[in-house]
Amino acid sequence: MDNAVVATHTHEAAVHEEHHHVSLPQHRHHFETEEQQREAGTFGMWLFLLTEIMFFGGLFFAYLLYRNWYYDAFVAASNQLNVKLGAINTVILIGSGFFMALGVWAAEVRKKSLLVLFLVLTTVLGFAFLGIKYVEYSEKFEKHHVPGAHFDISEFVNPPIDAKTGQPSEKPLAPDMAQKTQVFFSLYFAMTGMHAVHMIIGIVLLFWLTARAYSGDFSSGYVAPIENFGLYWHFVDIVWLFLFPLLYLINRHPLK
Amino acid sequence: MSATSSTILNLPDQRTATMPKRNYLNNEHGLLSWLLTGDHKRIAILYLISITFFFFIGGAFAGLIRLELLTPQPDLMASDTYNKMFSMHGIVMIFLFLVPSVPATLGNFLIPIMLGTRDLAFPKINLLSWYLYLAGGTFTLAALIFGGVDTGWTFTTPLSTHYLNTNVITAATAIFIAGFSSIFTGLNFIVTIHRMRAPGMTWFRMPLFVWAHYAASVLMVLGTPVLAITIVLVALERTVGIGVFDPTKGGDPLLFQHLFWFYSHPAVYIMILPGMGVISEIVSTFSRKRVFGYTAVAFSSVAIALFGFFVWAHHMFIMGVSNYSALVFSLLTMLVAVPSAIKIFNWAFTLQKGSITFETPMLYAFAFFGLFTIGGMTGVFLGALGMDIHLTETYFIVAHFHYVMVGGMLMAFLGGIHFWWPKMTGRMYPESFSKLSAVTSFIGFNLTFMPQFILGYLGMPRRYHAYPAEYQVLNVLSTAGATVLGVGFLLPLLYLTWSLRYGAIAGNNPWQATGLEWQIQSPPLTENFIETPIVDHEAYDYEWLAHKTEQEVTVG
Repeated sequence: MDNAVVATHTHEAAVHEEHHHVSLPQHRHHFETEEQQREAGTFGMWLFLLTEIMFFGGLFFAYLLYRNWYYDAFVAASNQLNVKLGAINTVILIGSGFFMALGVWAAEVRKKSLLVLFLVLTTVLGFAFLGIKYVEYSEKFEKHHVPGAHFDISEFVNPPIDAKTGQPSEKPLAPDMAQKTQVFFSLYFAMTGMHAVHMIIGIVLLFWLTARAYSGDFSSGYVAPIENFGLYWHFVDIVWLFLFPLLYLINRHPLK
Repeated sequence: MSATSSTILNLPDQRTATMPKRNYLNNEHGLLSWLLTGDHKRIAILYLISITFFFFIGGAFAGLIRLELLTPQPDLMASDTYNKMFSMHGIVMIFLFLVPSVPATLGNFLIPIMLGTRDLAFPKINLLSWYLYLAGGTFTLAALIFGGVDTGWTFTTPLSTHYLNTNVITAATAIFIAGFSSIFTGLNFIVTIHRMRAPGMTWFRMPLFVWAHYAASVLMVLGTPVLAITIVLVALERTVGIGVFDPTKGGDPLLFQHLFWFYSHPAVYIMILPGMGVISEIVSTFSRKRVFGYTAVAFSSVAIALFGFFVWAHHMFIMGVSNYSALVFSLLTMLVAVPSAIKIFNWAFTLQKGSITFETPMLYAFAFFGLFTIGGMTGVFLGALGMDIHLTETYFIVAHFHYVMVGGMLMAFLGGIHFWWPKMTGRMYPESFSKLSAVTSFIGFNLTFMPQFILGYLGMPRRYHAYPAEYQVLNVLSTAGATVLGVGFLLPLLYLTWSLRYGAIAGNNPWQATGLEWQIQSPPLTENFIETPIVDHEAYDYEWLAHKTEQEVTVG
């Protein structure tokens, strides 16, 4: 009985040893198996995304509160955002996420040049998003819609008269409610700004991953960094998918 | 058959103990081997050195505060300087000492060993969190050197955003960065506990130390990002002038309070839970008994973490929240007392009929019981609405949280350091000195903070550098106590440093404890275990240990 047990143990130990010998260079010594390493990495990434949800959660909570308090100001201010550019950006970001997903697939099937191509396309679309965001931000500066010393509420108190109808193009707001548009723009800049910061961090990481992919790091079945970065990039996309309707489309539903 | 033959408990003779030739301390040499290490034990040592440094900086501020309060007149420093003193004391002690204290040092060192694994899941991220901690510490020191910050540690708006010309941004950056250090530590612990346990190490065989860290890590991961975004909004409001918290622009300062305390209340459980984990280990070891009600103690940690997220508004009873929400939060606050009491009672039952010995860690644990119970019970006073309105913003609050944070967490931290010091360094400290320091800190602590309960009840407000002359006697007592307390904290620094070179060699298991960490050499190997242990018993199997000793005696 004893001998039998010992024998099995030695056998298992031998198998174990063998496993260590064939392990890949990316295998970290403190993990028992590569599967454990991969699971730990993915789990860690999901936890990190949970912290990101809590991070953005503070902003979403502030949005919820003030939108309920100052609904009219939020409508008027939201109408000043450029829906067309916002919509284009949404499409761009979904496209970028699509290429990222293809990139993960390319890494999994070990196609090096395809992976590099998809990562580059993801990066390009990321830049396109930031470029359009820049255009939108500069428009806000011109219209004095940036919170702070130069913020101007006159446009909300006395909306420009529409030449065709002779009516104000927007419903005029009382001055105290018009003041509250500044809260909307504060949140607009804080939320889209935090989102843009995450995009910039993502793009920096994309450069690093592209370089590694180009030198063949992910062509031997080791895809964890690509996969985990994909999770991050999709998370950033999803944040935008909430931001776009909440900020741009408050008063633009077709049933109105 | 295999249950006993493959068991990994062993009790070497301590008198013949020798220092192991190879261990994590001498595995590699040179400063760089420390600064670029991925070894959780070395990172724990790096943390231990840095948090000790910041502890004494924070302690120096506390000393100056108490010195100013020795006399009723504001004679040592101007009121602005005094504001900076208590702000810096709070910021340093909370973000740079209490939050990382037990998790980043003892937790970092012990969790992988207790789980039977070679390292935390992400060693590089572990090192990164130490560097983030250092960066946060550097920014704090910068804020201090460039003139200090006087918002209080709470950064209350609009005071912090509009009215102060001090280094708010620098201090806010420090807290933001230190927050990420804490997030990454928590993340590393959770992944390690979920994915890296040795074969046979089931959830309910884990030491309660690990359970407590699991609960605290959940709070770190879910709470800290909310503080981060709040700090970002304060910084944006101060620099760019956005209006989220600014009433002149339609913002609401109360929103800041909600967001801030949504983190900062759970943060007090981040600070105390790991300490409770330490106490569970110490009590069990020096009572030679399994922790009474293991499951209840494990789940009470999780319950504290869970309830901790739903009580934050009890910091805001006098800030104009509605009566109904105050009522609900008051009731929820009482709920937290339940799992805390479960712990205290279970430890008491662990002691019952145990073979209790009074080594230094046990003295600190007893200090913890008394002081934490007083701190916790006064917390129930403060959770009650009417009492809170009378006592809030007085020295009663100050005494209450110092009883929990210093009397609870700091005692647990020191107890833990004394308990695992032989494991971390391989050497014993002089037991007479360490017992003296435990008793000194206990006496000094009570002398410092007991008078503050009375002062607060009599109505002395906190955060003022002058007070009516009738409060002087109690304030003198408090300052005298702080001096004794200071000695109690300085002593361990001296004899622990001394012991690094001259202490007796400890051997693997100086306390005859059953935990997995005591079954390997001290100091451990870099890889902790030569081969992955297979765990077939839980962490507190003292009955088995007693039997083993009996057998040995019979054979001898």
